This record gives sequence, C-alpha cells and structure tokens, in this order.
Amino acid sequence: MSQEHTVKAFDEEITKLRGLIAEMGGLAEVSLAEAMEALVKGNLDLADSVIARDKKIDSLEAEVDRLAVRIIALRAPMADDLREVIAALKIAGVVERIGDYSKNIAKSANKIEQRKKFEPLTLVPAMADVARGMVHDVLTAYAARDPHLAKAVIERDDMVDAFYESLFRNLVSHMMENPATISSAAQLLFVARNIERIGDHATNVAEMVYYAATGEYLTDREDKTGA
Amino acid sequence: MTNFHDLDPVEARIAARGVSVYYGDKRAIDNVSIDISDEYVTAFIGPSGCGKSTFLRALNRMNDTILGARVEGEIKLDGEDIYKSGMDVVQLRARVGMVFQKPNPFPKSIYENVAYGPRIHGLSTSKAELDEIVERSLKRAGLWEEVKDRLTESGTALSGGQQQRLCIARAIAVEPEVILMDEPCSALDPIATAKIEELIAELRGRYAIVIVTHSMQQAARVSQRTAFFHLGKMVEYGKTSEIFTNPREERTKDYITGRYG
Amino acid sequence: MTELSHQERAQRIANRLAQRHASERRFRALGFFAVALSALVLAFLLVTMTANAVGGFKRAELAFKLDLSGGMLQIDPSQLAGDNPASALETAGLRDVLQFAAAKALGDKAASELDPDAWRDVARKIAADPALLNTSFDVSLPASDDLASGLRGDGAPAMVALANDLAAKGQLSTRFDPGFLTRSDATSPQSVGIWGALKGSMLTMLVTLALAFPIGVFAAVYLEEFAPRNRWTDLIEVSINNLAAVPSIIFGLLGLALFLTIFPYWRSAPLIGGMTLALMTMPVIVISGRNAIKAVPPSIRDAALAVGASKVQTVFHHVLPLALPGILTGTIIGMARALGETAPLLMIGMKAFVATAPAGFTSPSSVLPVQIFLWSDEINRGFVERTSAAIIVLLMFLLVMNGTAIYLRNRFENRW
Repeated sequence: MSQEHTVKAFDEEITKLRGLIAEMGGLAEVSLAEAMEALVKGNLDLADSVIARDKKIDSLEAEVDRLAVRIIALRAPMADDLREVIAALKIAGVVERIGDYSKNIAKSANKIEQRKKFEPLTLVPAMADVARGMVHDVLTAYAARDPHLAKAVIERDDMVDAFYESLFRNLVSHMMENPATISSAAQLLFVARNIERIGDHATNVAEMVYYAATGEYLTDREDKTGA
Repeated sequence: MTNFHDLDPVEARIAARGVSVYYGDKRAIDNVSIDISDEYVTAFIGPSGCGKSTFLRALNRMNDTILGARVEGEIKLDGEDIYKSGMDVVQLRARVGMVFQKPNPFPKSIYENVAYGPRIHGLSTSKAELDEIVERSLKRAGLWEEVKDRLTESGTALSGGQQQRLCIARAIAVEPEVILMDEPCSALDPIATAKIEELIAELRGRYAIVIVTHSMQQAARVSQRTAFFHLGKMVEYGKTSEIFTNPREERTKDYITGRYG
Repeated sequence: MTELSHQERAQRIANRLAQRHASERRFRALGFFAVALSALVLAFLLVTMTANAVGGFKRAELAFKLDLSGGMLQIDPSQLAGDNPASALETAGLRDVLQFAAAKALGDKAASELDPDAWRDVARKIAADPALLNTSFDVSLPASDDLASGLRGDGAPAMVALANDLAAKGQLSTRFDPGFLTRSDATSPQSVGIWGALKGSMLTMLVTLALAFPIGVFAAVYLEEFAPRNRWTDLIEVSINNLAAVPSIIFGLLGLALFLTIFPYWRSAPLIGGMTLALMTMPVIVISGRNAIKAVPPSIRDAALAVGASKVQTVFHHVLPLALPGILTGTIIGMARALGETAPLLMIGMKAFVATAPAGFTSPSSVLPVQIFLWSDEINRGFVERTSAAIIVLLMFLLVMNGTAIYLRNRFENRW
C-alpha cells in the first residue's frame, strides 16, 4: 500500500476496522478448534465456553457494521478504500455465521454416546482441520491483502466437499449396520454439514478478499478462463 | 494510458489528438488525446494546476485571449480542426458554449442576458421569435418559473444559483453543440449545486457536456466518463464508475482516495 | 521563540494598546484638521468672491422721465421692426432727445454724466415696445464711469459731491443690473457685460468636447483593447502620460504654430480655441478612459466572448457601458481644467477686445477666464467689482457643467 491518507483519522478508522475483523476471525478459529475437541473428547465445559464466545463474536459483528457505515457516511471512500469497507462488512457477516456453526457443533458435543466405539468420529477432526486451515489462511490473506493466498483457499474447498461426501457414505452405512447408533450418527451428520458450510463460507470470504485487493470478481475470472 | 478509442464506439463530437498548450515557454498541457461525445457527460478531475481548465479553454479557443498562449496538435469539432487558419472564432464559440466558475451575468436585464447571443448571431428574425428563444432557453435551464414575471429586472439581482442558471440559459440560447463548464458549482451552496447537477442530467444528450470539477463526488454524481489530469498530462480516462471503484493508474487511485500530496 | 503564556501575551498586547490608540487618535485629528483647513480656505474664497461680486451685479443709474410725446422723435415704426432699429433711432436723433430730456430733469452737469452708450438701452426699449414712441415713460440709465466712481467715493471731489447730491435727490442709485449677463465687452465698466465671454466659453467648450471626447475615448479603447503590446504602443502610452502633464501654454504655442498657420483668418475664434484646448484635454480623457476600461472585470469580457461576441461587440456592448462612469469622471476633470485655462487661449489671440457676442464658431470671441484676466488689468476701479462678478459667473458655469456630467455618470453607475 502506498502513502497514508491526507486525513489521518481515515487511516485510523480503516486500521480499526481491520483489527475488528482480525479479532472476530481469531475468535471464530478458536471456537472451531475447541468445538471439535469438545465433540471428540466429550468436554462439556469446553463446549460451554464456545457457546459463550459466540456472543462476543456477534457483538463484534455489530461493531463492524456501525464502523463501516460511519466510514461510508463521513469519508466517502473511493476505489480500494471503498472495496475494503464493503468487503469488511460482508466478511464480518460471514465470520459471524462461521461462529454460529462452531456453536452448533459444540452443542452437539453432549449428544454423542459411546465415543470410544464410534468409528466415524475419528474422521471428523481431519475434515475440521482442513476447514480450520481454510479459515486461518483466509484471515491471513485478509490481513496481508494477498489475493493469491485467497485464491489458494478457494481451491481447497473441493477437499472439504470430498471429505463430506465420504463421511456421509460412511455414516449412512454405519447407521445401517448399527441401528442403535442412529441418533449419534445423525448428530455427526449435522456436524459434518456444519463443517462443510464453514468451508463454503471461508471460500466466500476468500472471494471478497480477492475483490478488495484487485477489484475483480473471482467468479467472473473463472468463467473467462473456463477453469 | 487507456486507449479510449475502444472504449466508446459512439461518434465523437470533439476529437482532440496530441494537444499541447504552452504559455510562452511553459507547457501547461502535454500531448493529450480524448474524444468527447454527445451521449456522455465528461468530467475532468485533477489537483490544482494540473491543466484541466487550460485544456477546457482550448476547446473553445478562449486561450486565444491570453497573451503568449499557443496550442499544438489537433482539436476537431465535427471533423473540422478548430485551430485551422480559416476558422472563425466567433462562429466557433456559438457552437461551443462556456459557463464559468463565478456566475457572470451581464449587468443587463434577464431578458437581455439571454437574448444577447441570439441577437448578435442573427438567430431570430422578429421580436416574437426572440421572445420564444428566451423563454425556451430559460425553461431548459430550469429558471423560467422563477423569473417569468420579472424579465426586465437586472440579471445581477438574482441569487448565486439563479445567476448560474441564467448563465447556462445564456449559453443554451445560441443552440450550441457543446457546453463547457468550468467548475460551475464551486461558488454555490449545496442546494443550488444540486439543482445545477440535476440540470446537467437533463441537458445530457442534447448537448455534449464537459465539466471541470474539484469535487470528486460531483464528478462521480454527474458524469459518465471521467478523465484524470496530473501535471498537464491526462493520466487516465474511462467510465466514471470504474475510475472511482477500480482505477488502473496508481496516481489516479492516490488522488481519488485522498492519498495525494 | 518560546510560546507565550496567555497572561504574558495579554500583557504584551495591553502594553502596546495605549500607543496604538494614541497614534490612531492623532491621525484622525490630523485628517480632520486637514479637511477643516481646506473647507475654511474654500469658504473664505467663496465668501470674499461673493461679497465682491454682489456689487458687480449692480450699477449706478440715473433715473428720470423721458418725454417723447409731441412727436419729438420722428421715425417710421416700420424701421423699428427692421434689422437695426438702434441705428435708425440714432439717425432720428434719439441721442439729442435723450440729452435734452436728461438736462431738463437732472441739470446740465448730471446730464453730461450719462453713460455715452446709455442711449442704446433706450433704443432697445423702444424697439421692443414701439408704443412708447409718443408717450412719456421712466428710464433708468447707466451713469458715466466718473459719476459711478463718485458715488463710490472715489475720484474727483467735485464728482463725489455731485453724486451725493443726486443720490440725496433719489435720482442716482445703484440698481440690480441684469443686463450684465446679456451685454458684451465694452470700454466702460458701467456698460460692460459678460454674455460675450460666456457665449464664447460655451462655444469653445462645445468644440473641445466634440473633439476631445470621441477621439479620447476611441483612442483609449483602441490602446487598451486592440493595440498589440510592443515597443511602439509602450512609447505611445508614455507620450500620452507625459502630454497630460505638459504646461498648458505649450499647447497655446502648438495652436499658434499649427492651427493659425492653416486658418489664419479665424484668429480669436472658438473653433481654434476649442481645437487647442481639445489637444490639452484629450490626454486626460485617454488616461482616465484606459484606467476605467482596465477596471472592468475580465469576467464580463469572458462572458461576452464565450457567447460568441466579436472583440468589437464585446467592447462596445459590454466594456464601454461599464467603463463610462470612469470615463465621464476623467472628462469632467479635463473639461473643468479646459474651462479655466487662460494661457493657451491668450497665445492664440483670444484676447482681442470683442464688443459683441460671437455669432458662430468662427467669429472672433473671448472666453470667461480671458475676460476676467483682461478686466482685472483695467485701471478703472469700476472693473474690480465686475471682475468678481465675472468670476462668480465662471464658477456657476463650471458648477452647471460638472453637475450635468455627474448626473450623467450617476445614471450610468446605477445599472452596474
């Protein structure tokens, strides 16, 4: 990025906006990690802390909204400043939903029974790791305004989708073989779905990071190159 | 530099190629090429002293009034070079009108202000025709309702915004092809400014309009094509929406985001 | 420099304050006194002039009854309607009749002290009203210069005694003399008038204005708007500026050398005088004209040019009307100076004794300042008061001329 704005307060506000997004993202990442651990280990205290953290994430989103609207009204941002503010608004909304999904996963923690014998349960953390990696990288890409890293994150979504497919088949066959575990398996299905949604949302954030940095939409480019 | 030929397939009303303007030895405009069309309002933006007003004034040869001013390159109005030796400046200025930064109505009656141009160019053959031209021009400038009962009052007795609209009516009265506006709203309050901007939107299509402005918000509101000038060069030209959301040149971006200087 | 605290700053300002206010008061007092002094001097001038002039509008007159009944004057009434009734009446013997009547009413001594031109007044009266021919009517005729001086208390003791005697009898008194404004120059202060000089001044001023104003204004317009900026125009500008400062007598020499060589038979004519004064006035008009044109804001010019007006149209439709107040101011100054100039007109010979008002622009004439100068040189004390009266007439003329110009200027100023 070149020079600073002639009006210093503008720079300060943009920095604050980015800081809020970074904070939200960090919390969402931690929530996802803890929710998975709570799920796998059955740690209900951890699950409660995830649920409590979600409130913080929600309040941060409201703060981002207010600050973004203020910047648009008072600073009349143009070009990359404008794209940055719009992106921040959308990213905040998406990260808030990622937080919600983590909360849902945490809520499922106490509904899984007989963990040690539940085989498919071991697959889920691997899928969650990929999703968590995507969230982490996309927030790094946001902080660095790096469109290439953002693009790389988008490509990883296929992996998450593949995981979801295989987990789905696995759980269905498990349910058919062990009807007694249907309720736990169903819960796991929901968890897998949530993680898959988190992957999709991370992709959305990556698209917005790309737009903010380059001014172009990734979906358009994909059409043009036929990729 | 953007290749503007591809940008606009529409026919250009004014085509400038390789235009340089000198004041004595000092070069104020350096090799600028641009097309101005009827369909779009074109805005010239840029920091103080970048030459946008100088270039604007070259389009109707108002620079001729300044000692030592010299223009190189070609500026064509409907295919005719306006700087060629046979060109009658008086006739040119009836085809390319100008509205100035500070409203400057003649110290005559409102009627006389608008009627002066048509009268000296012989555009009307009777008083009734002249009355019609005056009424039409004032209506198009959005001033008729406010002044129709006091056409004999002095033009300088109007408010700033009304005076500027009177100047626009005066420019319109000679039925120009192009209207050049040099920061027309900088001396006006926000409401008067909004009225003039609305007027520009209405006039678009009938006249090719070029507006020089210091306010980027105004350029963004009012124009469809924007040219960014910097130190006498035209740095970037393109669709207004693109210039302000995703400019190609670093200098343009720095200027419009307030990182300039 | 370290920054001052609020108290230090306030203290420093307070210290200087008294000094500044005092210096302001001093300046205002000075200004007031300067104005007061000027006003006093002006008032003194006007009061002295007027006091002296009052006497100038009056003259010593002998009053008696003129009896023409009984056919004392044999004249054909048709001759009175002709070209020269005075001459006809003279031939009919008016002068002797008058002398006779005066001697009868006032005594021989007084009758011989009638002004030699007194009969002309009677002639005029009769020509205006031929019915008086066979009647007896009152006349009030100018006394001779000696008798007038005697009434004032100057001159030979015998004359003074006679004057007092006649005054006591009510036959000799100073009366208001409106004829002063209608008669022309004469040798005696009693029958002298200012009309000749006044008309001469009017005609001269007309010629001056008719020549200097258009030439001056057009020259100013050309130099300011159309002339290219090069060494030649710079030279012209410097020359015109210097011309305005040239002593007026030089213009007289120029007029003598130039105009009178071409038109020698028009010496003393308002035409020549006007042309000479026009030469003198033109630079002033050009300078003030140029300044007035320069003062018209370029925005008006731009507006006119942008709408497609040619240079000439811009100048004549827009710039000149706005510059007119300034041009008129310059014209007032120039014309006022021209009105009062004596030296150049003396040089070209407008100092001849001219007994009748000029008939036209090419008749020999005098002008007010020259007339004043000539009268002030006369030995006869009777001319002193007449001179003051003439000065008052000159001032009145100046007032009217300036008043008209100022009125015109204000009328144009309102539109701007």
